[in-house]
Amino acid sequence: MSIRRVLIANRGEIALRVIRSCRALGIETVLTVSEADRDSLPARHADRVLCIGPGRPGDSYLKIDTVVQAALGAAADAVHPGYGFLSERAPFARRCEEAGVVFIGPTAAQIDAVGDKLRARAEAEAANVPVVPGGAVQGLTEATALAARIGVPLLIKAVGGGGGRGMKRVDQLSDLPMALDMAAGEAGAAFGDARVYLERYVARGRHVEVQVLGDGRGGVIHLGERDCSVQRRYQKLIEESPAPVLEQGLRESLHAAAVRFAARLQYRGAGTVEFLVDADRGEFYFLEMNARIQVEHPVTEMVTGLDLIAEQIRIAQGADLPLAQSAVRIDGCAIECRINAEDPARDFMPSPGRVRAAAWPQGEGIRVDTHIATGSSVPPYYDSLLGKIIAHGPTREIARMRLAGALADTRIEGVQTNLGFQSQLLSDPEFVRGGVDTGFLARRNG
Amino acid sequence: MSLTAKDVAEILQALEASSFDTLDLDLNGMKLHLRRSGAAPAPAARAVPTAVSAQAPAPVVHAAKAVEAPPGTVPVAAPLLGIFYRAPKPGEPPFIEAGARVEPETIIGIIEVMKLMNTVRAGVRGEVVAIPARNGELVEYGEALLFVRPD
Repeated sequence: MSIRRVLIANRGEIALRVIRSCRALGIETVLTVSEADRDSLPARHADRVLCIGPGRPGDSYLKIDTVVQAALGAAADAVHPGYGFLSERAPFARRCEEAGVVFIGPTAAQIDAVGDKLRARAEAEAANVPVVPGGAVQGLTEATALAARIGVPLLIKAVGGGGGRGMKRVDQLSDLPMALDMAAGEAGAAFGDARVYLERYVARGRHVEVQVLGDGRGGVIHLGERDCSVQRRYQKLIEESPAPVLEQGLRESLHAAAVRFAARLQYRGAGTVEFLVDADRGEFYFLEMNARIQVEHPVTEMVTGLDLIAEQIRIAQGADLPLAQSAVRIDGCAIECRINAEDPARDFMPSPGRVRAAAWPQGEGIRVDTHIATGSSVPPYYDSLLGKIIAHGPTREIARMRLAGALADTRIEGVQTNLGFQSQLLSDPEFVRGGVDTGFLARRNG
Repeated sequence: MSLTAKDVAEILQALEASSFDTLDLDLNGMKLHLRRSGAAPAPAARAVPTAVSAQAPAPVVHAAKAVEAPPGTVPVAAPLLGIFYRAPKPGEPPFIEAGARVEPETIIGIIEVMKLMNTVRAGVRGEVVAIPARNGELVEYGEALLFVRPD
């Protein structure tokens, strides 16, 4: 089928990003907006704008029936969900399917399959993709046997637990019996459930994810990996492709594992398989799969030369994958900084308001994905992402230097931003060296 | 607030007698969802048939929200996005016409969201001066359905 008109069920920079690809493909765009986003930059660029409700996401962007009704009423052939909001809500994908509107993304069944952590872990094991070694144990004999297989350090965790209670770290196998008794006792007291499980402790973990494209018929290619280890409380701040300082064999194993996982699901569209790379052991474990386009997709676009949004749309129309795996080329390096309206001096509190002046950078290898211009407002209802600055270069160091220069050229007035903080991170010796683990920021700030 | 079996039976009869397939009640947090057996969970008919989109998209219409209020009137805004109907069912006379008087509780139309029919009330007392919203067409949230000269 041919998609002529797409309803974009999102806002912010990704809405504008989707509009851009639609325009390049000659597709009309209908944008749903909340009252707070009526005058946004995406609203000014869409062919048609439909207001679906008040500012709070629960009253507008998250209303499944209203969004599907908007697609039907505007005679859109397809819906692009962007990221966040309804993008990984299986009931929404299913509702679109039932209404005869193409959901630009995976099937509802695939969203279900990867949305549940336990099920995703089982799928990974079935696809011969490594998961964090561990499992439930009963009694010391079982625990000793499993601990020997996992190796130390390891964690004992309460099956019924959370919040660190009933959790013990074991650095030597000889400590296991006592730690097991204590953990089970604590777990029983805290949760009324003394069952525990063992899990390998990853002291230095890196977040490395693999971008995949699937045709929905079992054909899957990967487009290399992204390293997103610079995180603050699980929020990614800097992403890059390829992952620096990664042994080539390990890199190839990651790619192959991601493709195996997606192929087993006969995955359709763009998706990301996330891994925890154990830097000390040189091993990796499946974390989860994100069944959507991701914020950090531009770094992959910069090194592969592909338009991932356009590929999502083509695949949704039933097209074959754009190229064979052997034709995928990774050209140079790309790094992205997320620029957020938040105040680093006040524990990164969100800083909504009106942007008095905005000047984004330009230059060799520089790309900016943003919905913010002079006069734009940053409503308090949504995430604080103002835009992403991406730099590409033949080497990581050139990309990094270009990005540092671009950040220095950026001016955002009226709201607080993390621009200065990001500049410092880019020139941190550990980051310059490359290959930091996810504890980098906490150590640095702490 | 609670519903007795008798209440539910009466509501079922009301639904039976109506032209609607589903009914949703929300009484102080207590929710009742009724669906006629055989009623499709998805809309039976799209506002524009799929066949149309396979050829050329219908021309993009820039929303009617730019309609200007006649002097001395206030708009009655759509409380949600959906398909606006001026009459209780096809072929029946509209709920109101221009020149009619409305009270705050007067029903002035219906907005359909995925087969759920939501009644829209005037919310104001006065005389209907103009009805810019067209029957059977998509209205967005906040769009002026009619203009009323308040008393």
